[in-house]
Amino acid sequence: MTRRPVDIGDPDRLYTITGGRSRADDAFDLVTLIVSESAPRAGMQSEHARILDLCRHPTALVEIAAEMKLPITVMRILLGDLLAMGRISARHPPPPRPQAALPDSALLLEVLHGLRNL
Amino acid sequence: MGSATSDLPSLRTPLSDAAEAGLKIVIVGGFGVGKTTLVRSVSEIRPLNTEELMTQAGVGVDETRQVATKTTTTVAFDFGRISLNKRLVLYLFGAPGQERFWFLWDRLFSGTLGAVVLVDTRRMDESWYAIDRLEHHKTPFVVAVNRFDDEPDRYSLDEIRQALCLPAHVPLVDCDARVRSSGKGVLITLVDHLYEMAMAQEMTL
Ligand SMILES: Nc1nc2c(ncn2[C@@H]2O[C@H](COP(=O)(O)OP(=O)(O)OP(=O)(O)O)[C@@H](O)[C@H]2O)c(=O)[nH]1
Ligand SMILES: [Mg+2]
Repeated sequence: MTRRPVDIGDPDRLYTITGGRSRADDAFDLVTLIVSESAPRAGMQSEHARILDLCRHPTALVEIAAEMKLPITVMRILLGDLLAMGRISARHPPPPRPQAALPDSALLLEVLHGLRNL
Repeated sequence: MGSATSDLPSLRTPLSDAAEAGLKIVIVGGFGVGKTTLVRSVSEIRPLNTEELMTQAGVGVDETRQVATKTTTTVAFDFGRISLNKRLVLYLFGAPGQERFWFLWDRLFSGTLGAVVLVDTRRMDESWYAIDRLEHHKTPFVVAVNRFDDEPDRYSLDEIRQALCLPAHVPLVDCDARVRSSGKGVLITLVDHLYEMAMAQEMTL
């Protein structure tokens, strides 16, 4: 693990990207799959345009974050914007379970088959 | 971190348009225990690196401007992916086992199917904390011993189970994180274990 001050060149970069907001949309999981509903448009915030470009095919939030070199929280904010504008759709993972509850056995069986076929 | 491997595509490979749901498995372990190696050996993409913000207090990002303050630190983790079928895609996360990382556990890994604790017998004590935290978060897990060539004494799995105070019901296996079939075996051990537990739970409902 690295632990260091956020070194992003301009220290205000993240502030600018998010317009100073820090409330991220928690509905977005690391593995929520994002799909663009429209092409980027001239005059859009460049990060928004980049996301629409990257998500022509379903793409997990964490892959977009890695590609754009932005922290997860910032991605959640940007994706919340795009969702509110109707420019993306989100395919969420199975809903969180209560603590200690296990995933559905049918789903686990599907995962097992997938792994065995690798 | 990740050295380039020639057999994995270096360009982004998109998922199938039919991909519906992402699933998570987390690989936890101390420094240099082989997390990235394991992710790489089973992933269909070159492992990617990303990070999350964390305030000094470890509470997360909340107050205005916290996002860009100088006291904000980052926690980095890497991941790979396996397309299980047209609908399901499994993401594997390599997560450092140190204390401050656990502040982010719920924010990053809630809903995870389960975890693999990767153990290096030369530094077994580092696994204790991870096991304790997983129990605390009620995340089911298996333990995989990544065997290195220069291990001083080759401990048996029984000895390792004792040293880790690992209950009998938690699967413990050997692996070589560099070998794809071995990494795949570890994942199957985990999901098998989850499946058995899920079946038992469903029977009692
Ligand atoms: N001999 C041997 N070497 C291994 C094995 N697994 C990993 N290594 C080597 O050990 C070193 C560390 O492995 P990594 O996969 O980077 O470990 P990590 O847990 O991701 O490390 P950090 O992310 O830095 O905490 C690398 O040089 C690997 O090539 C193994 O099973 N046997
Ligand atoms: Mg690593």
